[in-house]
Amino acid sequence: MKTDIILAGVGGQGILSIAATIGMSALSNNLHLKQAEVHGMSQRGGAVQSHFRLSSKPIASDLIPKGGCDIILSVEPMESLRYIDFLKKDGWIITNSTPFVNIPNYPDVDEVIAKIKERKNVIILDADKIAKEIGSPRSSNIVALGAATPFIDIPFESFEEAIKLIFKKKGDKIINANIEALRAGRAVADAR
Amino acid sequence: MQKLLLLGAEAIAQGAIDGGMSGVYAYPGTPSTEITEYVQHYDLAKERNIHSQWSANEKTAMEAGLGMSYAGKRAMVCMKHVGLNVAADAFINSAITGSNGGLLVTVADDPSMHSSQNEQDSRYYGKFAQIPILEPASQQEAYDMAYFGFQLSEKFSIPVMIRITTRLAHSRAGVERKPLLDQNELILPSNPTQFVLLPSIARKQYKGLLNSFAGFIEDSEESPFNHYFEGTDKKLGIIACGLAYNYLMENYSETELTHPLLKIGQYPMPRAKVEKLMKECDEVLILEDGYPIIEELLKGYLGKEKVHGRLDGSLPRDGELNPNLIAKALKLASEEEVTEISEDVKDIVKNRPPAMCVGCGHIDAYNALNEALSDYGVGRVFSDIGCYTLGALPPYNAINSCVDMGASITMAKGAADAGLVPAVSVIGDSTFTHSGMTGLIDAVNESSPITVMISDNFTTGMTGGQDSAALGKIEDICKGIGVDPEHIIVFTPLKKNHDEMVAIMKKELAYKGVSVIIPRRQCIQTTKNVALNERIRELNLR
Ligand code: SF4
Repeated sequence: MKTDIILAGVGGQGILSIAATIGMSALSNNLHLKQAEVHGMSQRGGAVQSHFRLSSKPIASDLIPKGGCDIILSVEPMESLRYIDFLKKDGWIITNSTPFVNIPNYPDVDEVIAKIKERKNVIILDADKIAKEIGSPRSSNIVALGAATPFIDIPFESFEEAIKLIFKKKGDKIINANIEALRAGRAVADAR
Repeated sequence: MQKLLLLGAEAIAQGAIDGGMSGVYAYPGTPSTEITEYVQHYDLAKERNIHSQWSANEKTAMEAGLGMSYAGKRAMVCMKHVGLNVAADAFINSAITGSNGGLLVTVADDPSMHSSQNEQDSRYYGKFAQIPILEPASQQEAYDMAYFGFQLSEKFSIPVMIRITTRLAHSRAGVERKPLLDQNELILPSNPTQFVLLPSIARKQYKGLLNSFAGFIEDSEESPFNHYFEGTDKKLGIIACGLAYNYLMENYSETELTHPLLKIGQYPMPRAKVEKLMKECDEVLILEDGYPIIEELLKGYLGKEKVHGRLDGSLPRDGELNPNLIAKALKLASEEEVTEISEDVKDIVKNRPPAMCVGCGHIDAYNALNEALSDYGVGRVFSDIGCYTLGALPPYNAINSCVDMGASITMAKGAADAGLVPAVSVIGDSTFTHSGMTGLIDAVNESSPITVMISDNFTTGMTGGQDSAALGKIEDICKGIGVDPEHIIVFTPLKKNHDEMVAIMKKELAYKGVSVIIPRRQCIQTTKNVALNERIRELNLR
């Protein structure tokens, strides 16, 4: 198997937690992985992305070639469009619909959503709202990840195990909140 | 052994620890910061008593690393590419003194300038110093090179450079560890004058360095990091340096590469292997992430038609490489194919420039400064490098220069010498001890009419909150340098203090000598740092 994912969002939105969760799940399934992430200046409220590559075979490049990406997973709608050139024609966009507005010229959200919908395979979910409904407003990033899990060739339980490991130090409450967030996101994808 | 999932930067730290390192010396700078942070947070490093505290700047780091090597132990010095400019004096001379215990200088370059002012290629510095350079293509090689680098260094008694780039430093992959080696015992250099660079000794040492060069090449020739892959299609040969090798191979994940290929991971270039490739192939494509060093070398004045790369437009002259650019250079994809799927999203997707955190003290300081300067007009604020550099962007538009670490005070002084009075300098606490202090001495010696704003947030904010060497010392340093204590003024940058801040600034701007104003409030990102908060309380800074 081979899955190339671009994780997109804004600095501080929890992209690296998503990456860590997928990474941990991939490791426990003995997959090869490479994950290029953004540090430094661009994290201060700027656009951040992570190229995440999973494969049963060794991976050459840390960067995904243009037109080769299977999934764009975005925690904010506009950012999913920023990397659209990388997406395969039939690749999936999974994006949170709640915009992160920290610039004065943020585009019209409806226009952004309409543009995303022009693609063949799209899941748009209000991850912020879902996270609030299940009582863990800070795990909207994990809700979004949950919605992407059907398209990543890793058993769903592995993601749950990964969350347990990653949030181990933060205690059962945080672990359970994140597992619930993951399941809620998954349910959206399954109900599609 | 279970593989570790490490950033390239972390792999270097782990390799150095496992290779018997006794100390790391560094000043934080993206993308090199994580090397030292890894050592700081790693229990085994603590157990082994490995030194890992931040240095005041890259030059002091380089010199301390050389000192540890002098005493026989293995040391690593880390910095970002522009940091090597600061350390250059010590770095170049360390090639002349040579080393005793293994000495690695790891420099992280930033092609595409993700968080830097330029994209200079540190391999030039390595070549300039005439020392061996290692350039990893993967996280595993990053580990291996740090691990074996000490042995290479000790074999020739020479510092060895490891050059990585942002992409590798900040990308994660599985890394397999090697057996943990013992640290060296304390032992003084066998040659008692080796480290004394009096001209007569330096001349001798320099001859020794030149004589070693043949050995460096021989080692490169045999190095497992330099590999010649035979190929049947000799119309084109390829030389791929470091990470460029991965981008090349990405294009051959489904098909076979039939061109002869020389993968380079250790410099100086393995001569025989290069000659073989040049002889065997009609044309040669050079893939290097950074400057076209090898390309230039092989092009010389002749053979222009034969050598391709960044200089003849086969690849762009600037920016980092990627699989698509290499596909284009190899004519595996046309320009259209690479960009074909591009959709018209340009009008919708807006830039999201980085910005200071909401509530950051720098913002309040800039708002006051802008108002205080409104009587004089724009164009008088010389800044430095740190989060406050983001004050160049709207809505603040508060600064007019940002050149290198420490340039703010000295540029303000030069502008004041030229008659631009008042001239203002903005510098952070960590940058001030990095290289602002010496400039302040110049200004004090001539009573230059400048206002220096040291925006003190107790930390190195831009790189994520590392220790600041200035913590609790700024006023004393300024006094010691000779600033009139009456013109060293501390206040808290908060919205509610705006009018008071403006009044202070106006008064100091009117003063015809050196004044230092210190807006002091903790970086928001470090508020949860227990150790830092403890120190701040101890020093009574709040
Ligand atoms: S990291 Fe700290 S210093 Fe930098 S902008 Fe944020 S609050 Fe300000």
